[in-house]
Amino acid sequence: MSDSQAAPGAMIELQGVHKWYGDFHVLRDIDLQVGRGEKVVVCGPSGSGKSTMIRCINRLEEHQQGRILVAGIELNADLKNIEAIRREVGMVFQQFNLFPHLTVLQNLTLAPIWVRKLPRKEAEETARYYLERVRIPDQADKYPGQLSGGQQQRVAIARSLCMKPEIMLFDEPTSALDPEMIKEVLDVMVQLANEGMTMVCVTHEMGFARTVADMMVFMDRGEIVERAPPKEFFSAPKSERTKAFLSQILAH
Amino acid sequence: MADITESLPVAAQAPPPRPGGVLGWLRVNLFSTVANTILTLLCVALLAVALPPLIRWGLIDAIWHAPDGQACRGDGACWAFIGEKYRFILFGFFPATETWRPAVVVVIFVTMIVAACDRRMWGRRLAVLWLVGLLAVFALMRGGFAGMGKVETALWSGLPLTLILAVVGMLLGFPFGILLALGRRSRLPAVRAICIGYIELVRGVPLITMLFMASLMLPLFLPAGMTIDKLVRAQVAFILFAGAYLAEVVRGGLQAIPRGQIEAADALGLSYIQRTRLIVLPQALAMVIPPLVNTFIGIFKDTALVIIISLFDLLTTAETALGDGNWQGFYVEAYVFVGAIYWSFCFFMSRYSQLLEREFNRGKRR
Repeated sequence: MSDSQAAPGAMIELQGVHKWYGDFHVLRDIDLQVGRGEKVVVCGPSGSGKSTMIRCINRLEEHQQGRILVAGIELNADLKNIEAIRREVGMVFQQFNLFPHLTVLQNLTLAPIWVRKLPRKEAEETARYYLERVRIPDQADKYPGQLSGGQQQRVAIARSLCMKPEIMLFDEPTSALDPEMIKEVLDVMVQLANEGMTMVCVTHEMGFARTVADMMVFMDRGEIVERAPPKEFFSAPKSERTKAFLSQILAH
Repeated sequence: MADITESLPVAAQAPPPRPGGVLGWLRVNLFSTVANTILTLLCVALLAVALPPLIRWGLIDAIWHAPDGQACRGDGACWAFIGEKYRFILFGFFPATETWRPAVVVVIFVTMIVAACDRRMWGRRLAVLWLVGLLAVFALMRGGFAGMGKVETALWSGLPLTLILAVVGMLLGFPFGILLALGRRSRLPAVRAICIGYIELVRGVPLITMLFMASLMLPLFLPAGMTIDKLVRAQVAFILFAGAYLAEVVRGGLQAIPRGQIEAADALGLSYIQRTRLIVLPQALAMVIPPLVNTFIGIFKDTALVIIISLFDLLTTAETALGDGNWQGFYVEAYVFVGAIYWSFCFFMSRYSQLLEREFNRGKRR
């Protein structure tokens, strides 16, 4: 267990978090702190628990031991806390998960109208602003199924941003995309990072990691094996497992 | 963009012409292969055998006017029977002097149904319209004010009765079924157990049994002197029955919703109710329109079973009309007549469901 004292301005704090799927120990004693405006990139082989960890931060997965604090609120069984945290934490999924029965604009305004109780007009203005920001202002009235994968993922990012979250979680946002569409999504993410958003990204895009990450976290078999600023992480990894992983994904 | 097009080795070409005209269509659709040709000829032969006698019976040799059944016997259909009995078949034992009341009720039902079909109407306006409509139906049937004589529910019969049982059964059975389906997938074991138990119990019992129980057994459990109207009992049985069947259809749709949809809704901070209403149900219900309408059609026709507790629905009034000594034996005419009425309602539901499906799938699959 690390220090249980929250760092000043820590937006996300995981202390000794454990999780099991049945008997399988997926998260082992995870300690992680993310400060306001900090960008953390999490990488590791598949099955290492990185997605599970990031999904614990907004309680899509439940942790069984340890503490998780988000924006000063403790994540526990209290539904009020969970909903309060989810309002402040945006999430972007590998499979986009746009609502196919709603238009792009409706996808973007749904949560602001129903959760934040914004008037429709205001929600739509916000939505159009963020569509502009992710560079697809002209697709507002289309349905998700009519967009390319890259466009869908940018809509998904805009949908999260419309809730004006303090924190953005990205769970392998480019893994389901065709290669030529990865850049358009990463560009939006870089732009977001430059504006000071607190971000936790699970990704294998090491170029992106080098550009924006304040901190690299490497996970393997459910534990955090190594954490370091990107320069150090890429040039002088300490653990053998990190070295092996990096050589595999940077080889080509 | 332009230089890319120019450098393409094979320029875009028009598709090969499709065989046009009537002959082309015939060749492609009816005579494309030997087997297809044989099938086509077989169908034509069948029609040639079946159609002429049918037309002769139903139109050419048919008798349209006759003073009584004796004068109406010939080679053709006796449509005079329908002309004589249509009022009774449609409205049954409702006092003949007040026929306009059930007639208006049928018109109200048709209007409400047509209005409900327009998606632009969906919302509070439609709910108000339906509430007012159903109240008007009840007031007109029951009477007892404004100079309209009071008519006991035992005399409510024919098409209005069928429509009341079917429409109210679907209207209340559907939300009940949705709740059951959601309950069956609940995280709470008690809720889940109750819903599963209920659905399996009701589905495992014939509707006739439920009607019997509602009619004969329920009164035994009520305190002495307390009675519940027979029609109400039948209606409740219908709602309970429809709920169980519709629940399983809805559950099929709920299961087809990808996990990611629920996660996305959760991640945005939607509550369970918001998530269910805004994300899950619209998609789940749109997916199960065909089996849903199938069940609705089944429920509509199942109303004919209320004869078992001596309520006179449309089919039963037709059978009763056949018992008239002056007009005996015109079964085919009577069944063709009520069959046509059932069919037009069911066919309407079927066509409308196809239209809805197209609308809901707009922009989804591409």
